Amino acid sequence: MHTLSLHDIKCGLLNKKFSSVEITKRFLGRIEKYKHWNAFITVCEELALQSAQQSDQRISNGTARELEGIPIALKDLFLTKGIKTTAGSKMLYNFVPPYESTVSQKLLDAGVVLLGKTNMDEFAMGSSNLTSYYGPVVNPWSRDKKLVPGGSSGGSAAAVAGYLCAAATGSDTGGSVRQPAAFSGIVGLKPTYGRCSRYGMVAFASSLDQAGSLTATVRDAAIFLSVISGYDEKDSTSENRAVPDFKSFAGKSIKGLKIGIPREYAVEGMSDDIIDFWKKGGKILEEAGAEVMEVSLPYSKYALPAYYIVAPAEASANLARYDGIRYGFRAEGKSLKEMYENTRTEGFADEVKRRILIGTYVLSAGYYDAYYLRALKIRELIRQDFSSVFQKVDLLLTPTTPTSAFAFGEEPKDPVTMYLNDVLTVTANMAGLPGISVPIGLDKLGRPLGLQLIAPHFMEELLVQVGSVLEKEANFPTLGEAM
Amino acid sequence: MACVETSSEKWEMVIGLEVHAQIVSNSKLFSSASTKFGAAPNENVSLVDAALPGVLPVINSFCIDQAIKTGLGLNGDINLVSIFDRKNYFYPDLPQGYQISQYKHPIVSGGYIEIEIADGSARKINLERIHVEQDAGKSIHDQSAAKSFIDLNRAGVALMEIVTRPDMRSADEVSIFLRKLRSILRYLGTCDGNMDEGSMRADLNISLHRPGTELGTRAEIKNVNSIKFLVSAVAFEAARQIEILESGGTVEQETRLFDGATGETRPMRSKEDAQDYRYFPDPDLPPLVLKQSRVDAIRRTIPELPDAKTKRLQQEYDLPHYDATLIASEMEISNFYECALKTIKSPGKDEAKTLANWLLGELFALLKKHDKSISESNVSSENLAALVALIRTNVISGKIAKDVLEIIWDTGKHPAAIVQENGWRQIVSANEITVCLQKVLAQNVDKVAEYRDGKEKLFGFFIGQAMKETQGKANPQLLNEVLRKLLEKGE
Repeated sequence: MHTLSLHDIKCGLLNKKFSSVEITKRFLGRIEKYKHWNAFITVCEELALQSAQQSDQRISNGTARELEGIPIALKDLFLTKGIKTTAGSKMLYNFVPPYESTVSQKLLDAGVVLLGKTNMDEFAMGSSNLTSYYGPVVNPWSRDKKLVPGGSSGGSAAAVAGYLCAAATGSDTGGSVRQPAAFSGIVGLKPTYGRCSRYGMVAFASSLDQAGSLTATVRDAAIFLSVISGYDEKDSTSENRAVPDFKSFAGKSIKGLKIGIPREYAVEGMSDDIIDFWKKGGKILEEAGAEVMEVSLPYSKYALPAYYIVAPAEASANLARYDGIRYGFRAEGKSLKEMYENTRTEGFADEVKRRILIGTYVLSAGYYDAYYLRALKIRELIRQDFSSVFQKVDLLLTPTTPTSAFAFGEEPKDPVTMYLNDVLTVTANMAGLPGISVPIGLDKLGRPLGLQLIAPHFMEELLVQVGSVLEKEANFPTLGEAM
Repeated sequence: MACVETSSEKWEMVIGLEVHAQIVSNSKLFSSASTKFGAAPNENVSLVDAALPGVLPVINSFCIDQAIKTGLGLNGDINLVSIFDRKNYFYPDLPQGYQISQYKHPIVSGGYIEIEIADGSARKINLERIHVEQDAGKSIHDQSAAKSFIDLNRAGVALMEIVTRPDMRSADEVSIFLRKLRSILRYLGTCDGNMDEGSMRADLNISLHRPGTELGTRAEIKNVNSIKFLVSAVAFEAARQIEILESGGTVEQETRLFDGATGETRPMRSKEDAQDYRYFPDPDLPPLVLKQSRVDAIRRTIPELPDAKTKRLQQEYDLPHYDATLIASEMEISNFYECALKTIKSPGKDEAKTLANWLLGELFALLKKHDKSISESNVSSENLAALVALIRTNVISGKIAKDVLEIIWDTGKHPAAIVQENGWRQIVSANEITVCLQKVLAQNVDKVAEYRDGKEKLFGFFIGQAMKETQGKANPQLLNEVLRKLLEKGE
C-alpha cells in the first residue's frame, strides 16, 4: 500500500481498503527503517497518528476533505506552528515557529496527515543536499555507491521516491524541486511565480522562490497543486487568479499542441543518455499528435550567471535577520559586533556564506551597475525570449538536468561546476514560468533521468496535460514493490 | 541675505533639512500592529515587525494615502509609480537587517513651502522629495550595565522623509520652516508633529562659505529632536565651521551627532566610514502603482491650508496680516476662531476684529497663565463669541468683559448668565447716568469750580467717581457725553 500514488491512497482511504492510521503507521515504520537515508529532520509521530485518527473519523462520517488522511511531508522551510523548522541550518536549530505557512495551512485544511519535516540544503542553497547542517540525504536509487538525491528539496525527493510519504512539498528557486525530482525518478512541479503564497516559507531569493511539489505521478502533482495554489493577501507577490482543477487535464489529448525544443538547452557536458531521452521525449509527444519543432532562446546561456547574481543578492538581505538577537542560534561575544560575527560565522556553513558574500559584493557601491543591474537586464531579456517563443509554441521540452545523480564524494569540488546542475532549470525561475520534471528513464548506470516541460505563465494545466502523456509512454521503472 | 559676521569676516550659511515625520495611522506601514504611543515595550509588535523567518510586508494603503496627501499639500508631484527598496545595515533594533525605504523612485518629487522671515519678506523653501519608509525600533542602554534592551514598538511605523533643497540661510529660517511644515502637516492630519514623542525628527546639512564664493563642505547633523535644539545645533555648527575656516582649515564631510544635553555636535562617522547601504528594490513588494483617480480623490480632501486661510481671513474680514497669520498658523487656533465666528449672526469686519483681539489678546494671556493650549481652553469658542457679542451690543464694557472671561474660565458658565448673576449689565440710560453724575458733581462743588477755572484734568476724576458709583457699569461713551454736557451747562 505504501507504493501507491497519492491518488490511489486517496481512493483506498475513501473505499475503506485501509485506514489513515494504517497507512500512516506504515509510512512511520518505513521512515524509521530507512532512517539512514536521513530524509527527515523532524518526524511528528504522535501528531501524525492523532490526525490520522481524526481523518478516519471524518472519512467514516462522510466529511472527508480533498486530501483527507493522506500522509505527506513538508520541506523544512515551510514554517509549522509548534513544530521545529530549521531550513537545514544550524542558525534555526531550535526555532519553533509561532505561526503556520500558508501552503502548509492549506494542506492541513485539506486534511493531510503531516509525517514530518524533510531534510534540505541549508537555506535551500544547493543542488545535492550536501549543504544541510543535518547531514546529507541518500538517494533511494543508490546501489553500490551512495547517490545524492539532488537538492535543495533532497529530503522531500528521497522521501517520495523511497515511499516514506505519499507526497511532499518542495521549494524551487533555481530548480530545487525539478532537479531532485529528476535525480530521484519522481515528478517535481514548480508552479508559476505568484501561484502559491510564499508567506511562511523561509526566504532564499524572494523574486525566484516558489513552493512546489514532489509526487509519484503527474496526476498527484495536479491534485497537490490545486490544494496549495491561490492568492494570499499576506503575500503581495501572489496573484489573484482562479485555480483550475488541474487533475482534469491529466490524460487529456495533446493533439495539435505545439512543442518547442530549444536548441540552446543542448549544453556542454550533457550525457549521451539524456540527449537520447530528450529525443525520445520529442518522439513520444509527436506520436501523441503534438507538433514538435526546434526553437531558439538565445539569452538562455546568460541565465545561470545572471541567476547567480540575482539570487545571492536577494539572499544577502533575506538572511540578514539571522543575527542572534531575537530567535535561533546565538554565539555570544564581548561586543555586539563580536556577537554578530560569531553567530553568523558559526550559524551558517560555507555555501550560505559564499552566497551572502557574493550577494553583498554585487550590491556594493561601484559594483551594483556592473553586476546586479546587468543581471536584471539579462533577466528581462530572458523573459522576452520566452514570451516571443510562446507565440510560436505552447510549451517547451528540455532535459531537467545535464546528467544523472552523482555519488557521494564524486560531486563537483568547485562551486561553479556544482552550479551547472541548475543550468536547465534556472531560466524558468528567472522568467517566473511554471515547469515540471517527469521521469523518463534510467541511464547506463541505472540512475534516473527526467525531462522538463516549461509552460507560459499560469498555464500549469499544460504541464499536467503533456506531462501525463510523457509519463505514460516513458513507462518509467519505479522502485516499486522492491522497496 | 542673512550673513554671520565675525570680527574679521562675513560668512553665508547654507542649510538643508531631512525631516522624518511619522505618518498618522492606526497601524504600521507593512503590518497590522498598532502605532499607539506609550505602550509597554514590545507590546505593539507583529511577526512582520520582529522579522520572523517567512513573513512578508504588505503595504498599508492608508499610509500611502497620507503620503500622497502630504505631497499634494506641500505642492509636490505625485509619482504614479514608486519603488520600495531595501536599505541594508545591521543593528539590533532593525530586525530585518534592512530598512524598507524608497531610494531612486520616491512617491513625491519636488514641492515647496513659503515662509515669512523676520523682516516680513517671503522666501520659498524648495523640497527635493518625500519618500515613505519604516522606522526602526529603539535600543535601550541605560537599564543594565551589561545588557542592552530592544523595544520594537516603533519598528515598522510609517515615516515620511521630507527632504529640502539647501535653501535655508539661518537658524531662524530653519525654525520658521519647521514650524510652518509642522503646521501644514497638522492641517493635513498626516503627522501630529509631536517632537516630544519623536513623531517629528530632523537631520540637518550645514555648510558655510564666503559670500560670492563656492559652497563649502557640509556636515550632516543627526538626532536633532526639537526646534530649540535645531537652533542651537545650527549655532554650534556655524561657530565650529567658521573657526576651522578662519584658521585656514577645511571642514570635513562627515556625519555628526547632536547632544541635547551640551548643545554640541560631535563626530559620528567620516565620509570614509560612510555605510554602503546596498540599496536594491525589495523583491517582496511589487512597484507601488497609483491610479490618477486615487490621487485626484485625495486632492479633494485637502483642507484649506495656512497660506490660503491667511489670505481669506484678510480678504473676507479685513483682518490685519499679523492677526490673520497668527490665527492661521495653527489649525486648532483657526478652528477655534472660525467656530466662534460662525456662532455670530452675519459677522462683519468689526465683529471679526473684536473676536481676533479677544482671542489673540485676552484668551491667549489666560492660556499662557494656565499653561494650556488652545485645544485645552476652558473657554469654548461659543462662549468667547457670546462675550464678544455682549461687548459689541454694549451690554457690557470691555473692562467688565475681562472679569467675565476669567469667570468663564473658572466656571464654564455662559457670559450672559455671568453678567445677569452679577448685575453687570451696562447702564445705557442717559437719565440714570445724569442722575448719578449730578450727585457726583454736587458732592464735589469745589472741584467743579477748579475745572471751570481750567483744570481740565479733573474730567477724569469725575468719570472715575461716577464709575465707582455705578460699580463700573456705566457705559463709558455715554458717561463722557453726559458729563461734558453737564459741565458745559454751568449748572
